[in-house]
Amino acid sequence: MGNVFIIAEQKDGNVKRVSLEILSELSRQGIAATAVVPGFGDLSKVTDSLVDHGASKVVVLEHEALNQYNTEAYTNALYQYLSSQNPSVVLTGATSHGKDFLPRLAAKFKTGIAADCTSFQFSGDKVSVRRPIYAGKCSKMVEFSGAPAVFSVRPNVLATQTGSKSGSVEKVAADPGSVKAKVVSTVASQVKKVELTEADIIISGGRSLKSADNFKILSDCAATVGAAVGASRAAVDAGYAPHDMQVGQTGKTVSPKLYIACGISGAIQHLAGMRTSKVIVAINKDPEAPIFQKADYGIVGDLFEVVPLLTEELKKLKSQS
Amino acid sequence: MNIIVLVKQVPDTETKVRISADKRGIETNDIKWVINPYDEFAIEEGLKTKERLKEGAVTVVTVGPDRTVEALRTAVAMGADHAVHIKADGMLDTYIVSRALAEVCKKENAQIVFTGKQAIDDDQAATFGYVAELLQYPSASVIIKCEISADKTKATLEQEGDSGAKNIIETSLPAVIAVNKGINTPRYASLPGIMKAKKKEIKTYTLADLGLGSETSKTADSDYQLPPERAAGKKLQGDAATQAKELVRLLREEAKVI
Repeated sequence: MGNVFIIAEQKDGNVKRVSLEILSELSRQGIAATAVVPGFGDLSKVTDSLVDHGASKVVVLEHEALNQYNTEAYTNALYQYLSSQNPSVVLTGATSHGKDFLPRLAAKFKTGIAADCTSFQFSGDKVSVRRPIYAGKCSKMVEFSGAPAVFSVRPNVLATQTGSKSGSVEKVAADPGSVKAKVVSTVASQVKKVELTEADIIISGGRSLKSADNFKILSDCAATVGAAVGASRAAVDAGYAPHDMQVGQTGKTVSPKLYIACGISGAIQHLAGMRTSKVIVAINKDPEAPIFQKADYGIVGDLFEVVPLLTEELKKLKSQS
Repeated sequence: MNIIVLVKQVPDTETKVRISADKRGIETNDIKWVINPYDEFAIEEGLKTKERLKEGAVTVVTVGPDRTVEALRTAVAMGADHAVHIKADGMLDTYIVSRALAEVCKKENAQIVFTGKQAIDDDQAATFGYVAELLQYPSASVIIKCEISADKTKATLEQEGDSGAKNIIETSLPAVIAVNKGINTPRYASLPGIMKAKKKEIKTYTLADLGLGSETSKTADSDYQLPPERAAGKKLQGDAATQAKELVRLLREEAKVI
């Protein structure tokens, strides 16, 4: 395989887990890869972690303008560096930032792109990827002609492992170029939320929650295990939850370790968005609800009764450990 | 102001996906085709922008086989002024589609480009950025609010960030803006609109007309698969308290996920 570059992502000096997941998978396949991380300031924690997870080399693209994420600055700096390195493969995590800059980077190379892949396979000089489409109702294999092959990898799918720990770290002065669009302010959510697409555990509610206030039952339960709270389209359309909580074909596609569906019947569009979850729990009054066919564990019962009891059990568990 | 809206025709979300015999696509016989839901928000935002500015024209553009003209007619029925069809059959990847759309944006002298944050069939979420880069326009995605300055040289955008955060973005125009659900409520086509749309002349280009006759896709799809069926699970027994206790035990000891 030629020159493989993974664009690692960091925020405030902490590396995103998906970057480590990708490096770990590259190590398992015996592929030497350079991790490129745009940023500024002390990134030693990030570079150490990238080396620990098998990066054969880490390149910090350093510029003050890369301290915070910016679409054009990241694209320009990455292209300026990568275009001098004769890359055969460029990959990154399918995070909100990864999904944002990668199409622009692919366009600069005038090459093909495959987004949000759940696996990739190196074979000789070629790489092929598999990506879910129709929100996971099916998947397809994608192969690339022309270089570099550019793709992003879905978070939470690949396991992390530490590798050879022998990689070197290099700093390169980056050129972010000129920028026409920038974030001028950020308003954090009033409630501290775990990002759905990166969450290990998700507790979701449907229209049976009956009101926005009742979602508190789910957030109380979520808080005990650091889970994110999601919602079905029916709940979002009824105004019980904002759209950024929607799981499904017109919302977010998620693959947590544990997905707990409360009062969600399991419409085809919702199942599409969460079916790759490792373990699915369904809590629903209707024993015939389609969600039970996808669930590893099912509780036929009233969520208003079951969820608070579940919260108590989880609290007990946490206090023991 | 020349407002361009990029749309895609996709299978309705109710579609039960079946894989075609050659595994290079899905069966399309019984599919109900609709405008990509996120692109409906983009059309509405284009129309609203024209109404707020009290001037301009909305041109809706799509790439695909003859059937995709229907999506353009629906957009015209909603109120779009012009429609452009890039007629192309077969497998088209993000590279070809974006090249073609960018060429039309240049021809139409696009001053603002709206599109959906992703199409719900291929889920690539890449066309907005690819087109923007080809045009050398700034881009922003997952946008839930868009305000154009009075002098039409800038836009202030609200972007859905991670973990419920909202980013306020300022951009110069022209720009490509990819919108999310929540930005507006798309209007229905009016009866006069539907009548007008039936007769509307649609500008048509082939890829060759756009100087892309010798271009081919840079990615190839194969081996479409349905996801593995999940094995039937366990239904827990007993009263609610027993079930809750048993669930936590199973998640801890059997599934090992908490």
